[in-house]
Amino acid sequence: MDTTITTYTRIRRQGILSNDQLFYEHNGEAATFAGDAYKHLQLSYPKFHKMDLLCKAGLLATETALKDHASFQSLDMSRVAIVLANRASSLETDRQHQRSISDKSNYFPSPAVFVYTLPNIVIGEIAIKYKITGENAFFVCEHFDAALLHDYAETLLKSEHTDAVLAGWTDVDQGLTDTLIYLVERSTDSNKNTNFKPHSFETINQLYTL
Amino acid sequence: MDALIEKLKTQIIEQLNLAEVKPADINPDAPLFGDGLGLDSIDALELIVLLEKHYGIKIQDPKDGKTIFQSVRTMAEYIKSQGKS
Amino acid sequence: MSQRIYISGLGIISAIGNNVEETFHSLSQARSGIGKINHLTTRYRDEFLAGEVKLSNAELADLVNDHNPQLNRNSYLAMKAAKEALVNAGIDPKDGMRTGVISSTTVAGMGKTELYYKDMVEKGTHLEVLDTHDCGDSTERIADYLGHVDYITTISTACSSAANAIMLGCRMIKQGLLDRAVVGGVDALSKFTFNGFNTLMILDREWCRPFDDTRTGLNLGEAAAFLVIEGEEALRKRGGKALAEIVGYANTNDAYHQTASSPEGFGATLAIKQALAMSGLQPSQIDYINMHGTGTPNNDLSEGTATIAVFGDKVPRFSSTKAFTGHTLAAAASVEAVFSVLSLQHNLIFPNLNFKTPMKEFNLVPETTLVQTPINTVLSNSFGFGGNCSSLIFKKA
Repeated sequence: MDTTITTYTRIRRQGILSNDQLFYEHNGEAATFAGDAYKHLQLSYPKFHKMDLLCKAGLLATETALKDHASFQSLDMSRVAIVLANRASSLETDRQHQRSISDKSNYFPSPAVFVYTLPNIVIGEIAIKYKITGENAFFVCEHFDAALLHDYAETLLKSEHTDAVLAGWTDVDQGLTDTLIYLVERSTDSNKNTNFKPHSFETINQLYTL
Repeated sequence: MDALIEKLKTQIIEQLNLAEVKPADINPDAPLFGDGLGLDSIDALELIVLLEKHYGIKIQDPKDGKTIFQSVRTMAEYIKSQGKS
Repeated sequence: MSQRIYISGLGIISAIGNNVEETFHSLSQARSGIGKINHLTTRYRDEFLAGEVKLSNAELADLVNDHNPQLNRNSYLAMKAAKEALVNAGIDPKDGMRTGVISSTTVAGMGKTELYYKDMVEKGTHLEVLDTHDCGDSTERIADYLGHVDYITTISTACSSAANAIMLGCRMIKQGLLDRAVVGGVDALSKFTFNGFNTLMILDREWCRPFDDTRTGLNLGEAAAFLVIEGEEALRKRGGKALAEIVGYANTNDAYHQTASSPEGFGATLAIKQALAMSGLQPSQIDYINMHGTGTPNNDLSEGTATIAVFGDKVPRFSSTKAFTGHTLAAAASVEAVFSVLSLQHNLIFPNLNFKTPMKEFNLVPETTLVQTPINTVLSNSFGFGGNCSSLIFKKA
């Protein structure tokens, strides 16, 4: 079975790169990255502001990756899977929750913070936004692991109930985002024509080093 | 009462991270949940935290939120009724 | 045709026992492990009940015979249960076959980190504890403790984590990447978790009452549970004994809310249906459902609705065993996988404790006493925050 990466987005501190095109360049403080990118991309999704940075990065990446990938809408969303991984889990938000419970004089743990103390909530947020209901998994790894992501997506595409896998890495630590999200589909004549990127360790590593 | 309502609007926007909403956008009599501001169950829990943080009011049963958080006005009335405004 | 996957070893430590034998005894005696908080230091000690493992950290260190001061409760529990599973299967990890360890956790080393958090931030001391904070740490400890391991990874998808670890293990064996795997999950109690669940207002102040109309929330618990799963070839080659077979699994996303389940149980329905389709079983062939049944108003309504959507008016016998152990989060699915295998082995349905009043919304009544009846198949559900829904189907070997 031939599989292709049909669209991708890479987010780093400096900006957002999607399908070889610079979507957004960030010159300000790291802390304003997500909000500024949201404005720049003219998104209209008020829930975005309630999310933690991990979810914001996941959403921004998915949004830019799928923006011009019209055929995505024709997929059966119960057959689209999401497989993400990172290193720091939900550490950034864990710290925030921990601060709110360790200060006895200012003890106000926030439910809206606590719900983001799990790394897979970013999958939930993406699933909600795009109505994706297929299989989903989140891995915590020591470092970016192209083999894991590649093998898992291949396995899913060989199974009977998956047509596309939104896969990648999204890590947030100390206010910095490191995100790569891409869509893997079975190869067809049309997706092989334009921007053809075979789904392989090499391609995934290449995209990650962008 | 009006002053309390205005104060609440600002506090709600801050507590719920409603970045795209201004106090003037909130009609004190419009429903907070459902269509209005599009708040959800986590927001309801955040409003419970808000009441405790700013007004020292503790709510034990999340179901009580249903009546208290109908609108900004009902929230203000509740705070008044607790003698905490 | 890919090979069949068998369970050949079980290991568990939870509020109802430190090993499989004690666990089975408590289940058969309807003895819950949920009670007053004893080991965890928290402001909620007198306010909430919990399903604590009945051993201190010092006792756990003795039990696994490892006194490395960096180890935390999560690792102790994981090491203990994983080792039991391996010994139960009668496996020597150095026999030349490829063994994987696929674990899962949500709180990881938080319990220890939070003890020293103030010191770390204010004085810069105890920073070495952070080395064992990561989700992957307990998995690596298991691997070290077991000796030789060829592959390790850690999954974190909230309360369905261990189900997804089991699924991944099955798949890797089917793909020929591994011969066998130790799969499961672990979560120890922490202040972090108590405070978080309390802000969500889904903790019951009494014993949790899954599927009861008066339920107001869950009791938290802690546990580690692991299964040894093997491909049929590997099992035959070493002459091992199968305890049960894994015949179906599926995972879906509810795509509804960060933490709440959709009222119609969309993701759950899809997961159960896909697991059934994979197993080739008809709904009528499921003998028992071990429900996720946390006791929160939201979960039980959503799961009950999904159950009816799949099984109609012929819902199999079911129970939630959360009132024995509390909700053990990432470990819940592997805890209940162990219970499911015990169900198959002994032809027993373990009771849904504390149930009295059926829910208004539908006519679903769980088994409330120990039932002896032929059990050939068990469906076990686990749903997590983030909309993650998993269903597993086990069959008598």
